[in-house]
Amino acid sequence: MSADARPGETPFWDRLFWRAGSLLVIVYALLPVAWILSLSLKPAADLADGRFIPARISLEHYRAIFADAQFPAALWNSIGIAALSTLLAVVLGMLAAYAIVRLRFRGRGLMLAAALSIAMFPPVAVIGPLFELWRTLGLYDTWPGLILPYMTFTLPLAIWTLAAFFREIPWDLDQAARVDGATPLQAFRHVIVPLAAPGVFTAAILVFIFAWNDFLFAAALTSTNAARTVPAAIAFFTGSSRFELPTGSIAAASVVVTLPVTAMVLIFQRRIVAGLTAGAVKG
Amino acid sequence: MSRPRDPAEERLGWLLCLPAALAMLVVTAYPTLYALWLSLFRYDLRFPDQRAFVGLDNYATVLTSGVWWEALATTLIITIVSVSIELVLGMLLALVMHRALFLRRTVRASVLVPYAIITVVAALAWKFAFDPVTGFVDQWLGPLVGADRAWLSERWSALMVIILTEVWKTTPFMALLLLAGLTLVPRDLIDAARVDGANAVQRFFRVTLPLMRNAVLVALLFRTLDAFRIFDTVFVQTRGAQGTDTVSVVGYDTLVTRLNLGLGSAVSVLIFACVVAIAVLFVKLLGARFSAEDGR
Amino acid sequence: MAEIVLDRVAKRYADGTEALKPTSLSIADGELFVLVGPSGCGKSTLLKLIVGLERPSAGTVRVGGEIVTDRDPKDRNMAMVFQSYAIYPHMTVRENLSFPLRLARLSRSEIDERVTRAAALLELDGLLERRPAALSGGQRQRVAMGRAIVREPAAFLLDEPLSNLDARLRMQMRTELARLQRRLGTTTVYVTHDQTEAMTLGERIALLRHGQIQQLGTPRELYQRPANLFVAGFIGSPAINLLPARIDGERLLLPMADLPLPAGLYGDLPPGIRDVIAGIRPQHIAGAGPEADDTNSDGRFEARADVVEWLGSEVHVQVEIPVPDAHWPSALRHALETGSTGAERLRVTARLGSDTRAREGDSLRLAIDPGGLLLFDPDTGERLGD
Repeated sequence: MSADARPGETPFWDRLFWRAGSLLVIVYALLPVAWILSLSLKPAADLADGRFIPARISLEHYRAIFADAQFPAALWNSIGIAALSTLLAVVLGMLAAYAIVRLRFRGRGLMLAAALSIAMFPPVAVIGPLFELWRTLGLYDTWPGLILPYMTFTLPLAIWTLAAFFREIPWDLDQAARVDGATPLQAFRHVIVPLAAPGVFTAAILVFIFAWNDFLFAAALTSTNAARTVPAAIAFFTGSSRFELPTGSIAAASVVVTLPVTAMVLIFQRRIVAGLTAGAVKG
Repeated sequence: MSRPRDPAEERLGWLLCLPAALAMLVVTAYPTLYALWLSLFRYDLRFPDQRAFVGLDNYATVLTSGVWWEALATTLIITIVSVSIELVLGMLLALVMHRALFLRRTVRASVLVPYAIITVVAALAWKFAFDPVTGFVDQWLGPLVGADRAWLSERWSALMVIILTEVWKTTPFMALLLLAGLTLVPRDLIDAARVDGANAVQRFFRVTLPLMRNAVLVALLFRTLDAFRIFDTVFVQTRGAQGTDTVSVVGYDTLVTRLNLGLGSAVSVLIFACVVAIAVLFVKLLGARFSAEDGR
Repeated sequence: MAEIVLDRVAKRYADGTEALKPTSLSIADGELFVLVGPSGCGKSTLLKLIVGLERPSAGTVRVGGEIVTDRDPKDRNMAMVFQSYAIYPHMTVRENLSFPLRLARLSRSEIDERVTRAAALLELDGLLERRPAALSGGQRQRVAMGRAIVREPAAFLLDEPLSNLDARLRMQMRTELARLQRRLGTTTVYVTHDQTEAMTLGERIALLRHGQIQQLGTPRELYQRPANLFVAGFIGSPAINLLPARIDGERLLLPMADLPLPAGLYGDLPPGIRDVIAGIRPQHIAGAGPEADDTNSDGRFEARADVVEWLGSEVHVQVEIPVPDAHWPSALRHALETGSTGAERLRVTARLGSDTRAREGDSLRLAIDPGGLLLFDPDTGERLGD
């Protein structure tokens, strides 16, 4: 009964229990999102009414955040930096993962161990030196200044995910293609690439989420609209008074960055789950 | 495999890994060593000319400072409490995801939202929820805990909010890792246990859970390390005030806010040491598990 | 009393597949009853319905007189041995054996006693502290059996317990199992796809196909008086030869020979039958002497040896008989699973003595012994006669 009975076998109460469970899970996951949405739609005067569902709806906060240059700049920074970091991490990760999965070389274990160590690394340990280094090198408050650490800290994730997917590919197909008359490059393009694409795509999604999400590096290594990303911008939003957080603007900004991510997650959920669990299962 | 080592293969392997390896080293190994170096100096960016070698003085300062120890204690409290809750809650969530067919896709997709959402946003959402003026928590729980409670202005209630936020955000990830382990338990073994006379609870604790041990340990390892490094939530919700400082916040404060690179680097190195200690502990635990299961 | 009675038990899945059509049977207390059939026939489903891992869509299951249809497996006092053994990898052999007893809260001494007894019975004494990963396939199989035995249940249910063992071990374990069952006297339901296992182990067999029992009876009954073409073709190795044939008066006309119908058979046939399907087991086709020396011409024919398999104690020779398609009855085509055009040649296997000198390509002269002849209806496939 309960967690391991076969489908179609369960008594009514069991089914009810699990259905209630499912609903509870959905409420659990989406409660804060709904709350933030509600806050963003409340007119400024209503922000202090403590209600979960807004009494009145207003789009003033959305207008406000786009009127000021701060938020749009942060959005642009986030998108660009995350995209470039993802590109780099995935490309480098692919090469490393391919080598790890297909080739025998002495550094294989070392690579995996190194990747694992970095995954466990406390970023706060490097922000000091990076802060100083970047200032010296002129990388402070620039895109490369964030892209480099993002690329580094997402490489373990990329390598583990890609390796897990690459292990599932029947590489013999490549040899079959070569026997059939394809050059190595043709075999790669027409056989390997389609097989590897899902894994690469999944790794890219996971890396992007990580880069999009980061706050520590963004807070430490940026200070102006030139490179400040969304998490840092939202956290440092200045309001009308020094002591009050501009709740409405923050809420609106949060919704703007969360809803697309939520949509992406809903569409790609199977890939993401597969990617996260593939690493765990094979690792 | 018993093929002899092919030097061309070795070269190619190294070559392909080189870019990734370099990237990982440059941004981690080098700065870490540099941090180690910096920690031996008195170095405040506001007074760069007064930079001087002081040996282990910075460490002494940190280790005798109440701020550090309180932050460490706070960090450990947050880590232990949140990981424990996440383990239980994550297991329940994994069971629901494994078993429930109703709205399965929606459930799985919803569960990823906390994972994908920006931590800063989540922290702010919960901060506003618990705010005595704008939040709904006081409205809902008013009769129970007294209205207009300023949750984030007292240590223990603030810690509670922080832990709640952390748990909310990361339980789904834990649940996914546990789900992967759960699906690996062979159906036959559960059936055999059913026939042998075990009820649902017995089947879970005596068959399913022991067979998930590795998945659980791996999930615990990653989550514990993550929890120890907590930063975003604390920074956004309290800036570390009211005794909610965690070690990472202290590090950030010292390095970036107060620009004291010498002291801050010492803090960083100490944090690094703690993380390594935790990792080693877990690896030992995992290693012990592996050899025990072979029965040799 | 561990008599098992199934009354019109059926299983239909949510997507409409009918795994088991309404089936009734009763298994006597202490009997070794075999469910046999090709994969997908419903035998495993039937077993699972008996043990309670699945609920029937219709019908009732009774054990020892009590209705257990809605009871959980743990309340039915039955033990099951899975095809994969399903022994717990994280427990030692001793812990595996004692697991059901610990769940039942038996006393420590009782548990120890039963485990020791079962271990001795199955020769697992020296392995009690090992883990499954350190055991061989045969040893794991015995642990699975041990776990069933310690419970001293009302019935044993075995789901293809030998199919993961290599051929030699399988034969060995087969006799061990038979001996064990006789000694313990527990009602046993045994599922297999191997007709040899079924024939040698079962006191009674039920042969299933597509969710339906084709025939239920003793091995001898299924062998000598199969209910239909399927049963005839499934039971017996090498498989029975099935040929289109025609009755002309008192003689049976086969594509390659003709012979007089045995008296008994002729008398029982419904009148007016012309086309039939004839079933001749390979051992009823023997080598005949050269034509010159042979006074009898009934059932004699010549054919070229196509494949010769030498097994030591006997020789299996396959010959090809030309058969024009027009003479292929529908039931035969169905049973042999040939296409509608059929083949123009039929393969017939003969079992010859080891002193045969036949080689591939040789022309042989063979004789059919009408003694074991079986006749089947050309449309329904049912056996004709009593």
